[in-house]
Amino acid sequence: MTIHEYQLSQLDYLEAEAVHIFREVAAELERPVLLFSGGKDSIVMLRLAEKAFWPAPMPFPVMHVDTGHNFPEVLEFRDRRVAELGVNLVVASVPDAIERGLVAEEPNGSRNRIQTPVLLEAVEKHRFTALFGGARRDEEKARAKERVFSFRDDFGQWDPKNQRPELWNLYNGRIHLGESIRVFPLSNWTELDVWHYIQREEIAVPSIYYAHDREVFERDGMLFANNEFCRPREGETTFVAKVRYRTVGDASLTAAVRSDADTVEKVIEEIAATRLTERGATRGDDRVSEAAMEDRKKEGYF
Amino acid sequence: MDLLRFATAGSVDDGKSTLIGRLLYDSKAIFTDQLESVERTSQQRGDEYTDLSLLTDGLRAEREQGITIDVAYRYFATPRRKFIIADTPGHIQYTRNMVTGASTADLAIVLVDARKGMVEQSRRHAFLVSLLRVPHLVLAVNKMDLVDWSQEVFESIEKEFSSFATKLDVPDLTVVPISALHGDNIVSRSPNMPWYEGPSLLHHLEHVHIASDRNLVDVRFPVQYVIRPQSLQRTDYRAYAGQVAGGVLKAGDEVMVLPSGFTTRIASIDTADGPVGEAFAPMSVTIRLEDEIDISRGDMICRPHNQPAVAQDIDAMVCWMAETPLAPGQKLAIKHTTRSARALVKELQYRLDVNSLHRDDTATQLGLNDIGRVRLRTTVPLLADEYRRNRQTGGFILIDESTNRTVGAGMITSAS
Repeated sequence: MTIHEYQLSQLDYLEAEAVHIFREVAAELERPVLLFSGGKDSIVMLRLAEKAFWPAPMPFPVMHVDTGHNFPEVLEFRDRRVAELGVNLVVASVPDAIERGLVAEEPNGSRNRIQTPVLLEAVEKHRFTALFGGARRDEEKARAKERVFSFRDDFGQWDPKNQRPELWNLYNGRIHLGESIRVFPLSNWTELDVWHYIQREEIAVPSIYYAHDREVFERDGMLFANNEFCRPREGETTFVAKVRYRTVGDASLTAAVRSDADTVEKVIEEIAATRLTERGATRGDDRVSEAAMEDRKKEGYF
Repeated sequence: MDLLRFATAGSVDDGKSTLIGRLLYDSKAIFTDQLESVERTSQQRGDEYTDLSLLTDGLRAEREQGITIDVAYRYFATPRRKFIIADTPGHIQYTRNMVTGASTADLAIVLVDARKGMVEQSRRHAFLVSLLRVPHLVLAVNKMDLVDWSQEVFESIEKEFSSFATKLDVPDLTVVPISALHGDNIVSRSPNMPWYEGPSLLHHLEHVHIASDRNLVDVRFPVQYVIRPQSLQRTDYRAYAGQVAGGVLKAGDEVMVLPSGFTTRIASIDTADGPVGEAFAPMSVTIRLEDEIDISRGDMICRPHNQPAVAQDIDAMVCWMAETPLAPGQKLAIKHTTRSARALVKELQYRLDVNSLHRDDTATQLGLNDIGRVRLRTTVPLLADEYRRNRQTGGFILIDESTNRTVGAGMITSAS
């Protein structure tokens, strides 16, 4: 940082803003929890939370909404990171919820939508009042309009037309019993900022974010891994390609991209040159409709 | 690389969406899949051209009704700077959204249509920019192609606007003739307007000097969170976390803690990456003091000879953001820096007509999107500065205690 000019770099600015947000929530809301998927955004969030309260440990647990459709590398990463930090991990399990009859498997096999009731159930059970999520406004149009402190009613619903105005760095975290706030400390970060930060802070991320050989097949112009959650249909043939993942979500519908980027420097170079958004390139779920994300969010999605 | 936050003001007709689309497109911040999706929607609706406003209008209701409901944040970067745009809609909830977008902006772009020149709305935009103390204002005179790139038209708008701006106390005004549609004077200087000798819009955004906009004189550190590790290795560690709101803090500095008034010295300024020599806004740091003093969230660390007011009587310009009007006698929750209190509305001094700047002192209440001067009495003292001196320690929000909604934004004019 260029102290002599009293001007922060963009990464220092974004870090300072996120740290402020973490502290504000810890000071004002009683039972926060950090949503941790093992994806790069939640990994960066975890680092920021660690920094915000240093040298004290972060004063809240982390929660993983486990769809059961996991990449083994990501699950292993999650457990290692949680152990290193010594934080509590709450797992809200979708397969378990299916077994209990809380939700039913969707015809297309995607668990994206049905994870919402599972999340809401866990929030109620643990009486969480604030949930940190790694969503960024640059990801998606509906998210571009979301507040840093996003108010949810007792049903976990988001009302985009009725959001609390957010001015300066003053956040309104006041809620009634049963209501909650979703908090997005990375709101102002872009995909490139996240990778620059991973580089600067030398943060480890799951190996699937870097180029590797994988058996894949093509569907709707996207490359899907051949794994237990996602098998080629008739007419789709598998082949080995050098790929990496730009996002890590439900393994049944997150696609890989062709890539030679096997280091953080190369990933940054690749993203700077790409002409596709990370969701457009890799998420089958967002292709459903123009407002797919908005609809999911209104129901209580992250 | 540093960061510039700017807000854009203007209606769809002024070409605001086209301008933003142009900045995003030319800086490669629009992606192929986003553009394809916009083209698809435009085609389905039967538009004659690709409607770039669909890039920013993300909500279903907005696309259906062709209006922008809420502030949208957009991001792009050039090799020199990262930019955050707060794109504020022109029609609905105008004041509330623009006040929100401008509160964090280093710069605001007000657009006017060269054919129409200054209209009532341009005055309102400029006024809100000055009310929120956005340090840099750019007037973008758009659609120059439709006035034959006329220097005369441009200069007459420039002159009219500049004379209005002097009344508003705008610290830095830049006027640029552009055509957002054709890209003239957006990224590079336009060959169509050789008479214009100033920078292109993007060049100005990349180079405008913002380091000195922040208050580096008055040390203000609102205590946000007390850090006390409950571990055996660090039993004695006790420090105060927060985001610097003004001035430059250094280890060894003599400081005063308000409201108690105790003085001590800064032992160290800690971060997770190790101690730092200096801290300035908007750094988030953790301060250790030499003496054990009782300090909690909402207290303020400052210098003994440079203190904010410790005040329960607050005069402020308030922008009202709720359907239910603001009236004297009301009680509200107030959040100012990291301090929360309750406030009684003692008096409405006047309501301001944001178009004519006329002060109506017969007004008895402030309705949705009204702005007026209000006197408040708070339950505990606020540690406050005038908003014009410091946006962080001079701004506050008002919250309805029963609905918990944010219903007002205030800018302190005096505190005692």
